[in-house]
Amino acid sequence: MITLKYDGTFKGLLCSIFYAFGRRQDEFNIQHKNINQNSLWGQDITITTETHKAHRVLEGLKKTVGSGGVSILYRSFLSEEQGIENDILHALKSIYTSGPESIKDHTDPQILRLHKVVKMVNRERHRMEAFVRFRLTKDEVYFASIEPDFDVLPLIKKHFHSRYADQRWLIYDMKRDYGLYYDLNKVERMQMTFESNFDATKTSDHIFTLEEIAFQELWKEYFSSTNIASRKNTVLHVRHVPKRYWKYLSEKQAV
Amino acid sequence: MSFERIKEKLTILADAAKYDVSCSSSGSNRTNKNKGLGDSTGMGICHTYTEDGRCVSLLKILLTNHCIFDCAYCVTRKSNDIKRAAFKVQEVVDLTINFYRRNYIEGLFLSSGIFKNADYTMERLVRVAKKLRTEENFHGYIHLKSIPSASDELMAEAGLWADRLSVNIEIPSKKGLKLLAPDKNFDDFIKPMEKVKNEIIQYKEDRKLIKSTPKYAPAGQSTQMIVGATGESDFQVMKTANHFYRNYRMKRVYYSGYVPISTDNRLPQLGTAVPILRENRLYQTDWLMRFYGFNIDELLNKETPFLDLKVDPKLSWALRNPHYFPIDINKASKHELARIPGIGLKSVHKILQARRFRKLTMDHLKNIGVALNRARYFVLTANRSYADLGQNPSIIRAKILSNSTSKFRNQTTNQLSLFSS
Repeated sequence: MITLKYDGTFKGLLCSIFYAFGRRQDEFNIQHKNINQNSLWGQDITITTETHKAHRVLEGLKKTVGSGGVSILYRSFLSEEQGIENDILHALKSIYTSGPESIKDHTDPQILRLHKVVKMVNRERHRMEAFVRFRLTKDEVYFASIEPDFDVLPLIKKHFHSRYADQRWLIYDMKRDYGLYYDLNKVERMQMTFESNFDATKTSDHIFTLEEIAFQELWKEYFSSTNIASRKNTVLHVRHVPKRYWKYLSEKQAV
Repeated sequence: MSFERIKEKLTILADAAKYDVSCSSSGSNRTNKNKGLGDSTGMGICHTYTEDGRCVSLLKILLTNHCIFDCAYCVTRKSNDIKRAAFKVQEVVDLTINFYRRNYIEGLFLSSGIFKNADYTMERLVRVAKKLRTEENFHGYIHLKSIPSASDELMAEAGLWADRLSVNIEIPSKKGLKLLAPDKNFDDFIKPMEKVKNEIIQYKEDRKLIKSTPKYAPAGQSTQMIVGATGESDFQVMKTANHFYRNYRMKRVYYSGYVPISTDNRLPQLGTAVPILRENRLYQTDWLMRFYGFNIDELLNKETPFLDLKVDPKLSWALRNPHYFPIDINKASKHELARIPGIGLKSVHKILQARRFRKLTMDHLKNIGVALNRARYFVLTANRSYADLGQNPSIIRAKILSNSTSKFRNQTTNQLSLFSS
């Protein structure tokens, strides 16, 4: 077993796949380079990420499995689940040995896992489209902080781009420390340096407008007025809005 | 704008609107143009859920809760002693835009009590929608209520700005309506519905010839019925629903378990439990009719006018029709697979894909996500085990019930006695 260490990017993964396909007789284990799990016997190879190679693999994949197939591989990669790289490699091997239809083989445990993980990633993407709460800052940027379970920012970019075309916005993944910023022309990936005392769960009037605080009040008021007390169903409520998301939801903040 | 005053109005007018259960924001196809605000091309989004577990997708409010009618089932009825309020057109526009900009909502669902007369009310609803579209360049979702007996001219305009229009018939039978809303006429509900249906057909025809034909209510029409306020059977309710799906091309019919809000002796008394389970079974039946190829008569008929509250309507049908089973997972058509209890449409899809690779066994079904505790009594698989097949339906039913923990389990006993009274 040879372990391929890659840099954790999708391009890096594609390059690892490129390498593995070049030596088909060998068995590989693809692993993020930050995972310190050296195999007792066996060999480690560090993969260098090269854009043109990654591009070649991607083009080849598009031809064999179509954009739908590529999306399954990409989305399962974004899950950051442990060992998902090897399931992706396995799926690609069976595609190349038994044809592109293999991606639909729900009886193969590793392919089934990919489909299950994609479902989880898609649910998280949909959640973020729902749970992003913009807050208007004094610099006239609508700012939202999120901590999604998976790295879904790349998947929600288009949605927010086509929806909020006339306001500047920034959606920031506090866990992965990067965000998407729209400046009225284009959306760009960016990294922020927050003040050390900045608390993303609070709406302080140093950073946010007074109007912002008033609208949060109205929203909270709406949220409680639209509830029907005699149908109270906390289990259902928490299933739809799990507690880990509450800290960035304006309607769930104490007044 | 004065936030305090708006807040007070919002409290009153959101509270009054909450009994309308429609929250759908999907099915439209309005794209963002000229760098405007909003887009309603995708699927609907539930931005949050209230503590009763219902989705919040739209800003759902009444323009006013002043009303000239006195419908017994309605909290806004004339004779009810409650605080009244009215939004100005501009206030609704500002709230919608500011909520939307913060990603709280997919758009607006505007309804209203009827003040002065139908047209006066409808005209104001239309004005809000028009303002949002033309002055604010807003492309989010707008759902307007069609006010019963509103004029054809206003309905013709409403659909140009709104994505969805709806009239709630509320009471599933003419008899019930006469009892609870004596000053309303069944035909008044039908009139705007008919007009909107015809406009939708007309605009679709026009678009075939002239591509630039504007959109008219692209997300179609819906309606709502209150369940458990009057004595209708499930058969009557679903027959009415079926009628509206077929003849008025409804996108959705909603079922709203009656929440007691009145001491009126024509209605269930305050404190009576909301029939949440019955509501759930009706929705399941609705889905079976629309997506699973079932005919209403198979699920409900003169012999079985009520749904079995303890088991889902598909299982209930299967238990009444044992001659359909067992169904061979590896051979059955899509249509047949969809009729097996415990197998949803997503599983059907996966089964169809997976069985091209190998014969499917019970384990495969389990991993795909089939609810085997129900399906096992009805299917043949590659590792066929006959142990569960061919049993007496009443035994199957008892076994399934003893092996499942329904979230409604402790409710069924009370609810049953409620309906038989």
